[in-house]
Amino acid sequence: MSAVAKIAVHVFRDSVRDKVLYNLVLFAVLMISASYLIGQLTAGQDIKIIKDLGLTATSVFGLFIAIFIGVGLVSREVRRRSIYTILSKPVRRHEVILGKYVGLVLTLAVNLAIMTAAVYAVLGYMSLTESEEFKRGWEAPATDPAMLVAFLLILVQLMLVTAIALFFSTFSSPMLAAVMTGALYVAGHFNADLRSVHEFVDSAVVGALATGVSYVLPDLAAFNVTAQVVHAQPVGLAYVVAICGHALAYIGVLLVGAMSVFSRRDFV
Amino acid sequence: MSSSKSDSVGQWLSRPRLVAGVMLVLWACGVGLRIQGERAYAFLEVEDRTLYVRSGAVLGRMALSFDPMLADAYWIRALQHYGGTKRAGDPTKNFDLLYPYLDITTTLDPRFDIAYRFGAIFLTEAYPNGPGRPDQALALLQKGWQQMPERWEYLMDMGFVYYWWLRDYDEAARWFQRASEVPGASWWLQPLAASTLTQGGNRRDARFIWGQMLESAADPWLRNEATRRLFQLDALDELDRYAAEAEQFETREGRWPASWRELTDRPSVVPPLDPLGFAYVLEPSRREITLSPQSPLLPLPAAPLPMLPQ
Repeated sequence: MSAVAKIAVHVFRDSVRDKVLYNLVLFAVLMISASYLIGQLTAGQDIKIIKDLGLTATSVFGLFIAIFIGVGLVSREVRRRSIYTILSKPVRRHEVILGKYVGLVLTLAVNLAIMTAAVYAVLGYMSLTESEEFKRGWEAPATDPAMLVAFLLILVQLMLVTAIALFFSTFSSPMLAAVMTGALYVAGHFNADLRSVHEFVDSAVVGALATGVSYVLPDLAAFNVTAQVVHAQPVGLAYVVAICGHALAYIGVLLVGAMSVFSRRDFV
Repeated sequence: MSSSKSDSVGQWLSRPRLVAGVMLVLWACGVGLRIQGERAYAFLEVEDRTLYVRSGAVLGRMALSFDPMLADAYWIRALQHYGGTKRAGDPTKNFDLLYPYLDITTTLDPRFDIAYRFGAIFLTEAYPNGPGRPDQALALLQKGWQQMPERWEYLMDMGFVYYWWLRDYDEAARWFQRASEVPGASWWLQPLAASTLTQGGNRRDARFIWGQMLESAADPWLRNEATRRLFQLDALDELDRYAAEAEQFETREGRWPASWRELTDRPSVVPPLDPLGFAYVLEPSRREITLSPQSPLLPLPAAPLPMLPQ
């Protein structure tokens, strides 16, 4: 097994042992189950609400995991001084960063798989218990496989957020890294707005600056296809491939940056 | 001294059953005191009827990727506002927030089909069961149509608002006609448009529209609403029939019938029932026959549509 894989497995095991992680998954599963009760209040919109809430809960709790574990990946090793032990082994610094990243992505993927299964279980239960007459009102089948596209894009978005968190964690404190990651997450949702700022401002400089920033920031809103899948609107394969490619490119930039910073960092 | 106290607290805390018992007692005290407080001082109910952000576009930005979830939250708020206000006994009640809630819901999730269609029904319902705002219903349906031009149902619903609530049959016919021109529209819209244009509003067409809605609507709530409207039309027919019989009785006897036994000439004193099983009320002093005040069919359409001449 390569050094990267060994570190990744270690990060995954460490995360699985982390009780905070269990609490988040449990809370997400509880929330998804609670959506069944909320659905009763919505004049026949149970399935829509359960899908919306399920996808939102998955995204929110995945985001918490990505940020709060991601920002501690490097700093925790430095604080515990276990980084010396790691670096004394035959492992290169960039392999540490890659291993940490892959490990956390693996953790996220497993968590997301559990949450996805929980959402489908609730929807499957609804589908079994509702009458055929009631089902006629649904825009898409309860256990519509098309929802997997939304889950996939949530995972890819979280991979990108993890890369952002890991990048910041290589040179700042966990608190600061969490704040900066959160800020970038919010700013990334305004990418489309930044691109259209020049239409509303008189200053050409401000417009050009906003457009420039929009090219620097990843477009995090592009990963949100919840409304489309819930309303049974097709999400084209070309779009999914392009957005995943967009994410992979930014992840590449961030990981290269993180490895570069970490390689130059002095731990003395 | 301090160290021994700390030790005893430590020993105490290391006994899980004792700790659990103390926690349970404290929790019970907390709940009991809250109940006692509520009994001692009943707070005036202050209804929070403030909508801090009225722009769906702003809320959409604030929601980041979670706008569909926020749309659901506003939909639930719209339902609660409508249902809660409808049931409230307050004579000054109003439905002022209903349209903003529905507008925000449909801005956050522009394909929230049922929010347009149910919302229009809520908005048109006459006061005190609703705000009685067909203008807002039309605006909401227009918004839905702009988002989903392939949905002929919005055009039909707009035609129906003109037909049922505004009694503007030319306009109703125009919207039925436009609905019929959308690919995939139901076959009956074209004849309905022609009939509305030539004959104006009548119960037969109204019954036909609601009947089609009952058959075609996939949503159970819409079908329930259509069933209720059909029952209202049945009740209107029955009330007209009993009123005609009462007039005949008056012509014959020189007075309004004093009881159902007199009017229906039946041995039983049990009054006839409306389609939902509530007894019709005969009021000789006011010379009228009405639905029971408890009947869920109330209120009937403000100015009943005329029956077609037989």
